[in-house]
Amino acid sequence: MTTHHLDAPVADAALADLRAGDRVEVTGTLYTARDAAHKRMAEDIQKGREPPIPLRGQVIYYVGPTPPRPGSIIGSAGPTTASRMDKYMEALLQRGLKATIGKGYRSPPVVEAMKHHRAVYLVAVGGTGALLSKHIRSVRVVAYEDLGTEAIREMRVERFPVVVGNDIYGGDVFQEGVKRYAEIQVDAKPRYE
Amino acid sequence: MRSVPARAVEEKVRDLCIDINYHMPRDMLQAFERARETEVSPPGREVLTQLLANARTAASEGLPYCQDTGTAVVYIRQGEEVRVEGRLEEAVHRGVSAGTREGFLRGSIVRDPLRRQNTGDNTPPVLHVEREPGDKFHIAVMAKGSGAENMSQLRMLTPADGPDGIRRFVLQVVREAGPNACPPVTIGLGIGSTFDTVAWLAKKALFRPLGRRNPDPYYADLEVALLRDINRLGIGPMGFGGKNTALDLRIETAPCHIAALPVAVNLECHAHRVREAEL
Repeated sequence: MTTHHLDAPVADAALADLRAGDRVEVTGTLYTARDAAHKRMAEDIQKGREPPIPLRGQVIYYVGPTPPRPGSIIGSAGPTTASRMDKYMEALLQRGLKATIGKGYRSPPVVEAMKHHRAVYLVAVGGTGALLSKHIRSVRVVAYEDLGTEAIREMRVERFPVVVGNDIYGGDVFQEGVKRYAEIQVDAKPRYE
Repeated sequence: MRSVPARAVEEKVRDLCIDINYHMPRDMLQAFERARETEVSPPGREVLTQLLANARTAASEGLPYCQDTGTAVVYIRQGEEVRVEGRLEEAVHRGVSAGTREGFLRGSIVRDPLRRQNTGDNTPPVLHVEREPGDKFHIAVMAKGSGAENMSQLRMLTPADGPDGIRRFVLQVVREAGPNACPPVTIGLGIGSTFDTVAWLAKKALFRPLGRRNPDPYYADLEVALLRDINRLGIGPMGFGGKNTALDLRIETAPCHIAALPVAVNLECHAHRVREAEL
């Protein structure tokens, strides 16, 4: 399996080669945001204000880290479930957001919107917050500090390991995976929440 | 009558909260290794390798296994010949608070479900106290992650649905959850009682050691059959496809009304952190 290297912020051309299921190592600057920060950014946008972080070409990592021990920059920092942020995606994609990092699947409308805006969704292995933390080089709170673990942080990462969940062509790693290995079928639709 | 000081409860809860977040239980690590040996999907095997590496890093570098250090679910079984000196509920609450602060765990609890102000120290915990004969005092702490909790479901089936209806429902819940529950999952299945209690039966099943079959052979067989079918769904580790979607399924049952068949499926991620101690 090929491993791609991706610099963050992201250049459009860098996404063309990525296909669902490919391994990627991300190096550069990410912004962290999860439920509460997304809600607040949506409120900002609704009030006609711009969100407190740049979005054009940027990567958002869905994470709420554990507190750092004295002498450390961060605690454990693995991904949270991406689809809880789905209802906020369209507004962020319109402002140029190019990639998100989380775990679990995205809803069909978001997969469609990412295709339209040529953005990708990258999957980090959920529950490996200790390992992933080792790829974080610096962390600084840049907005909504009162939200604590849910504040927006600017995070510099090095060779942060992810798998392409959804590419810009509409490919989906989870659908492809289950199709390949399922021996029985059930009548069930994924719950996008 | 034996006495247990509230202070001892507090300290034990604190220690368990910290311990489970840094040291993945041995039975889980063995289950990851077994899964890695049997997994046919290359990305699935890669995920299992990372889970094992993550557990090693957590223990050696003092980083919690997962950043979601969970809702603290505390399950106490108190012998009828044991008296707690002091206030039990307060002791458990203080133990969780101390464990969160001293263990550098994440405060993941909001005081109010809609107004959502983080309490900062992961309190209050969820506390279950059951009385039993004898003079033992057991405390178990589970750090319950919310990714899998969010994917759990409860349904009031009818008696006519029977085991086939339960099978359909369980497979549907696991399939709908897919990658979101952080597979390989473990599953607590509650059957019977009423709407309020069936969910607790499902959670209680998760407190049983991994692979500990129901003592009733009828339900033990059902556990094995359901687990086999779940692992034919193809979801695999982290949903990347594969044969290891669930590591275990445990059933707890209770009597129920002639009109009812309540069923609760409590999903638990691979970060299944539970430990029990005796005071």
